[in-house]
Parts: sequence; structure tokens; C-alpha cells
Amino acid sequence: MVRTQDVRVLTFLFFLFLVLLVFPDFPAHASGPFHAAQEAGVDSTFQYDEDLIIEHEFDAGKMIMEHVVDNHEWHIATLGHTHVTIPLPIIVLYDGKIHTFWSSRFHNAEHTYNGFVLEKGKIHPEAKSDKPLYDFSITKTVMAILISSILLLWIFISIANRYKRNPKSAPKGMQSLLEPLIIFIRDDIAKSSIGEKSYEKFMPFLLTIFFFIFLNNLMGIIPIFPGGANVTGNIAITMVLAIFTFVLTTINGNRHYWVDIINTPGVPWWLKLPIPLMPVVEIVGIITKPFVLMVRLFANMAAGHIIVLGFVSLVFIFGSISVALGYGVSVVSVAFIVFMDLLEILVAFIQAYVFTLLSALYFGLATIETEKH
Amino acid sequence: MELITPGLGLIFWMTLPFLILLLILRKFAWNPILKALKDRETSIYDALHAADRAKEEMKQLQFSNEELLHQAKDERDAILSDARKVRDAIIEESKDQAKEEASRIIASAKESIENEKMAAMTDLKNQLAELSLEIATKILEHELADAGQQEKFIQQQMDKIHFN
Repeated sequence: MVRTQDVRVLTFLFFLFLVLLVFPDFPAHASGPFHAAQEAGVDSTFQYDEDLIIEHEFDAGKMIMEHVVDNHEWHIATLGHTHVTIPLPIIVLYDGKIHTFWSSRFHNAEHTYNGFVLEKGKIHPEAKSDKPLYDFSITKTVMAILISSILLLWIFISIANRYKRNPKSAPKGMQSLLEPLIIFIRDDIAKSSIGEKSYEKFMPFLLTIFFFIFLNNLMGIIPIFPGGANVTGNIAITMVLAIFTFVLTTINGNRHYWVDIINTPGVPWWLKLPIPLMPVVEIVGIITKPFVLMVRLFANMAAGHIIVLGFVSLVFIFGSISVALGYGVSVVSVAFIVFMDLLEILVAFIQAYVFTLLSALYFGLATIETEKH
Repeated sequence: MELITPGLGLIFWMTLPFLILLLILRKFAWNPILKALKDRETSIYDALHAADRAKEEMKQLQFSNEELLHQAKDERDAILSDARKVRDAIIEESKDQAKEEASRIIASAKESIENEKMAAMTDLKNQLAELSLEIATKILEHELADAGQQEKFIQQQMDKIHFN
């Protein structure tokens, strides 16, 4: 497990390095002669050149970022100059009013609609003002959350119904696929980390986060709708998940847990009394635990996406130098992408497992009984 | 950087559906599934336990069966030896009785033989007396057929008779 993580981190760093090395100031001169050539118009005999020009405008860093971060519409493909996208609802709270409209309204030259402008994935009011704008749009990530939630509900409620209908019969189909996972979470994560006594009340949460993270990780690997959204590689998502863990840990913390934080046993008194050094460290500790959960899942999933997109970018980068080179590199790139995707499937499970396991461990720390010490 | 800045809208839209998802799944999926799994495990555990108990009972039963068999064998042996004793006793008794009977029979036989003998002797004596008398008669008839002889005989008889 550790070794695959190291390999991933190294590959990620390598790619970051490569991208930065090859295109340190590419956007600066991208709008130079190539743009002019495009605007001048090219006839069909220069089709290749036009492709070249379009590809030469390609900015790997920008493309990768656009794919990794959230988006106000669900981009599926670009055919020639037409973008095939699924428009998503924009919900904006501005100046005490709620404005709702489809994201496809922004499909104009200035990317403006109704006094709002969509700029670099962010919505701003057209006119400069100090009033804050709250963007509650159903973005690509939100859509993906809703789709995966519906999928989870459908899968698990239908399984639950089978359990209710045939309580004693052997599992079948989807049930037999997921039952080992459920039992694994119950026995090897919840029971062993939290303890026989109070594991049961955390089970619904642990199962939900495990399957939510696992499903969204897997759907993130699929490149086309309804997959492809980088849900678990978005820091807001992992933050919410980590906050759930934090809140549950905090409200379930028993006396022993808080006593250990405020008056840590086995520590010299002078670390606590005049200056409460140890309690401060402990309180920072309870914050860092969910923080680490948040960063780990986010960084792993985002890194996976960035690496895959990096390999995709390589094809276009080399293709912009020479078409033949692009084709040549694509073979290597595809091989690496397949390898990375396989690795991502493994990571999808490992990260879901790690997040669930660590949450369970924190719950275990919060609910541990005094007499066990 | 946008990548590491959590967006407010996204936080809201993550929290709300996730909370709803958690609550719905808890009520309609996790609780029934976990309950079913637990029930199934308990029933399997119980069944295994019952089987173990049955096995133990079977063992016990087998043991007691063996015990019973053993007892029965012992009892049979006891009965047999008792019967043998009774038989021997009966045989002994009947032997004694038979002997007694036999000796009684022998004794009575002896007695009756004696009686018969006596009767036979008496009879023989009587017959002998009769026969001797007859013979004597015949001889006397024959001897005393002529006068001389009669005389001689009488003389003889006379001689024998001593008058004193």
C-alpha cells in the first residue's frame, strides 16, 4: 500500500515538473501568430494546419485544472468548434435576491447573462460592486453527488429489501458482491477500532462514507458522463466528510476522551500547569485529525486525476510539435493511462478504506472505556 | 488556488444531500441489512450450537446406551448364573428324590420278592408235602400189593416203633 502511494506521488511530482518545464510561459505567446492565423480563416486544404493551431493553443496546465476543479456545466466533448455540454442550473444569491437560470445562458461571446459574468469558472456580477455573491449552483460536482447518491440509494435499498424478504437465504447477485464489504466494514473496521460495545451506532455513518467515497472514486475514473466528475478530489467534498467525522467524534466523546485531552496522563505536570502546552497540542490534534482526513483523500484523488490528464496532455503536447510524434506518444500514453486507471481502481478502494478506518479509529478513541487502561 | 479552496455552494450542496443520503440509507438500508446479517449470524450460531449440543447429547446417549447394554449383560449373566444354580439345585434335588424313590422302590420290591418267595416256599412246601404224600401213597400202594411185602413192612414199621 505504501509503495503504490510513493510511486503515485513520485509520478505526480514528475509530471508537475515536466509540465512546468515544457510550458513555463506558454500562454504568453499562445495568442500570437497562431491566433491571427485562425482568425484570418483557413480553407479546407489546411485542415491539418487548423488542427495544429488548435492543438498548439492547448495549455496542459489549464486543461488539467479545468478538468480537476468544479464546473458550472458538464462538458462531454468538443466536436470541431461545438462544445457538447449538459447545462446545469445556476443558482446565485446576490443583493438579497435569488437568480436561477441554466448555465447554457452563458454560451455567448462575453459569457454574460442577466448582469452576471462567468469568468474562469466563477460567477461575478458584471458591474463592480462590494456586495457579496453567493454561488449555490448545481455544479458538475453537485450533479455527480446527486447521481451517486441516487445510485447508492437504489443499490442499497433494493439490497435491503432482499434482506427483508429472504432473511435467511444466501445472498444473491449485487447482494453477494456487497455483503462481504459490509461485513468487512463491520468486523474489521468498526468492531476492531471502536469495540464491541458501541460500534453499532457508528455503523450507518461508516458504511455511508465508505460506499459514498468508493462509488465516487470509481465513477471519477470513468471518463464520460455520469462519471468523470472529480468528486472525492474536490476539497469541499472531503472537507464536509471530514467535518462529519469530526462532529461525530466530538459529540460522542466521553468523559475519558475529554479528560485525556485536557489533562493528558503520563505527561510531566510542567507541560500542563503554568502554560497549558499539552492541552493546546491535544486540541490542535483533534483539529488536525479531520484536516488530515480531508487532505489525504483530496490529494490522492486529485493527484490521480492530474496524472491521468497529464498523460492525456502529453499526446497533445507532442502532437503540437509533430503530428507523427503525437501518434507515437499516444501509444505510450494510453498504456500509462491504462496502468494509472488500474492503479486508481486500487486507490479508490484503499482511500475509501483508509478514510473509513481512520474515522472509526477516531470514534474508537472518543468512546473508549476507562477501565481498559 | 481554486483547487484547494473549498467553495461555499459546494459545501452546502455536499452537506445537504450527504446528510439526507445518510439518514435515508440508515433507515431503509443499513439498519435492515445489519439487522438481517446479525439475525442470520445469530441463527447460524444457534444452529451450530444446537448441533453441538445434539452431538453432545448423542454422545451422552450413546454412553448411557453402552451403560445400559453393560447393565443388561451383567443382569443377563446374573440371571444365567442364577438359573444355572437353580437348575443344579433342581437336578440335585430330583436326583435325591430319584434315589430315595429308587431305594423305596427297591425296598418295596425286596419286600414283595420276600413275600412272593415266602408264598412260593409255602406253596412249594405244600406241593412237596402233597407230592410226597402222593408218592408215599403210590409207593405204599405198590409195596403193599402183595401180602408178604405188607407183612415185612409192617414188621419193619413195628420195629421202628419203640414202645417205651
